[in-house]
Amino acid sequence: MKRTISALSLAATLAVAALHAQEIRLTGAGATFPYPIYSKWVLEYVTVRPNMQINYQSIGSGGGIRQFSDHTVDFGATDGPMSDSAITAINGNVHHIPTVLGAVVPVYEVPGVTAQLKFTPEVLAGIFLGQITKWNDSRIAAANPGVTLPDNDVVVVHRSDGSGTTFIFTDYLAKVSPEWQRRVGKGTAVNWPVGLGGRGNEGVASTVKRTPGSIGYVELVYATQNRIPFGVVRNRAGNFVEASLASTTAAAASAEFPAATDFRVSITDAPGADAYPIASFTWILIPKEISDGVKGRALLEWLWWATHDGQRFANSLGYATLPAPVVTLIEARLKTVTSGGRPILPANFGAGARRR
Amino acid sequence: MSAATPVLPDTRAPRLSGAERWHELRIVSRGDVVFRLLLTAFAAAVPLLLLIILGELIAGAWPAMKQFGLGFITTSTWDPVAGTFGVLPLIFGTLYSSLVAMVIAVPLALGVAIFLTEFAPRWLRTPVATLVELLAGVPSVIYGLWGVFVLIPLLRDVIWPIVKPVLSWLPVFNGVFYGPSVLAGGMILAIMVLPYIAAVSREVLLAVPSAQREAALALGATRWEAVWTVVLPYGRVGIVGAVILGLGRAIGETMAVTMLIGNRHEISWSLIQPGYTIAAAIANEFAEAVTSMHLSALVYAGLVLFVITVIVNASARWLIWRVARGSAAGSSAI
Repeated sequence: MKRTISALSLAATLAVAALHAQEIRLTGAGATFPYPIYSKWVLEYVTVRPNMQINYQSIGSGGGIRQFSDHTVDFGATDGPMSDSAITAINGNVHHIPTVLGAVVPVYEVPGVTAQLKFTPEVLAGIFLGQITKWNDSRIAAANPGVTLPDNDVVVVHRSDGSGTTFIFTDYLAKVSPEWQRRVGKGTAVNWPVGLGGRGNEGVASTVKRTPGSIGYVELVYATQNRIPFGVVRNRAGNFVEASLASTTAAAASAEFPAATDFRVSITDAPGADAYPIASFTWILIPKEISDGVKGRALLEWLWWATHDGQRFANSLGYATLPAPVVTLIEARLKTVTSGGRPILPANFGAGARRR
Repeated sequence: MSAATPVLPDTRAPRLSGAERWHELRIVSRGDVVFRLLLTAFAAAVPLLLLIILGELIAGAWPAMKQFGLGFITTSTWDPVAGTFGVLPLIFGTLYSSLVAMVIAVPLALGVAIFLTEFAPRWLRTPVATLVELLAGVPSVIYGLWGVFVLIPLLRDVIWPIVKPVLSWLPVFNGVFYGPSVLAGGMILAIMVLPYIAAVSREVLLAVPSAQREAALALGATRWEAVWTVVLPYGRVGIVGAVILGLGRAIGETMAVTMLIGNRHEISWSLIQPGYTIAAAIANEFAEAVTSMHLSALVYAGLVLFVITVIVNASARWLIWRVARGSAAGSSAI
């Protein structure tokens, strides 16, 4: 029954699409991290709606926010949410729509250690603050009983380029360590207390691999695709969790979304028992009020599709999917977008297709 | 010259005012006028472009200039989260890594140039010169990769353990050597600028008249003495120009440096410690600079780099002018 309804609604969407058959072009710009999935969504959406062209430029989150704020693109994309002051600067005319999730994992090269290392939040913060300087430090050893740790110096490797990966990682450290929050804070680029800078995930990974005693952080998708072993991290519930697509989605599922936050919630250090603690949404930025109603409708329909049917492409590309409760919230949010003061999507839009 | 030569009255044509001359030119050849205007426009485009770049840099850097003033170039904290920006470590890193590069590259490049013009057998000259120039065509990211996979492991695992007992007391070899460092960055820069310095120096040395060499040899000089006392001094203007060309490239190089230098905002005279350069920092942080002050600070850093380049070039001109009061050979090669 459900399937029939969803097929019917798809047919209805196609019919509507065929009605206003003029070609629609949308441009977006922003984060590089979700670029593979966004370009997949652009490519696959042709089968749903052939007369729509979406051009997404992965110029980085900062550029995405700027171009969105300057109205030079129809939508922006960012790995770190816009700051309150940036939102005030554009009169609050923005919705953050989560699209997929990513996770960040610690990678290390410790001579003589083959076992998967376990990291507590205190150990990670201590290492990146430069307070834990030897691998055989008692704090590391306490979390890794049975592992013989060498006397090597700890060499910290971080991203030298500004990146969403750094944002997620520092956001996590800022949550679990008051000292990190005070001394360093969170951001796409921060003032690192110690360490070497590597450019991109590949720069960090290759530096870590070639530097005995080093530790760095890379995106989960980069680590899995390149078969780089990574450590497990203790979450807030006290369990050591290995990063995976499932444990990343679990982090999002256990997060709460107060109404006023516009999905700008950090899901690092999430409370769920099996939630991986260093995870985050990546967002697409759309205006609350879109003057061109036709374009607005096309954009919203594409986002609707991306957060529903489009999610099935996520796992194979290394992204974690949105949990169902979040998708329900997104549906409600998309329906609040207006053109000329009137909602663009009909109130019953997507009825029947709601449960993926 | 004009002071010494008596000015002869021009008897070929009556004097024409500007407008008449313009008119005459148009009659003579419309094509010439168009050509001339076109060339003037081309020539004007370059300084104009420079001015536009400078203007854009200042406009983009203005918020940071207003907030930090000259403190920007004298402070060392680069904290995008707190919104505090100082580029002293970047300036230091830019100049220090370039200095390292020049110390390594200049003797090497001059050696190559002298060998190719004075000592190499004739059949060897062209192939070796071509190979050296080929180095200039290798993309910098390739040098960077080579540095990451070959140079750094070689320095850290093979060379450093051998020289450490002998050299580690020197301040420039202070600390623990992890690999990415000013030394690695400077060495890769040296390899990258070597072909420029070698190629231009070679042209300069080729331009030294053989009569000079023959005269020196006839006076009983050895070949070494002929090169050192006659050929090199004769071409020194051009050689200084070649070195400056290489230095300019070293200061602005981005990709290979950022892959090897360690990207750390820190001032350290130790060659084996990580550093950072202005160009690398801009390339690294520009795309994800979220706050407008961060972006403005990066543009300000770009302006500082621009000024450094201008200063380097101006002092090069001055140096050439100083050196040129004596001989002028090869000055055309700059």
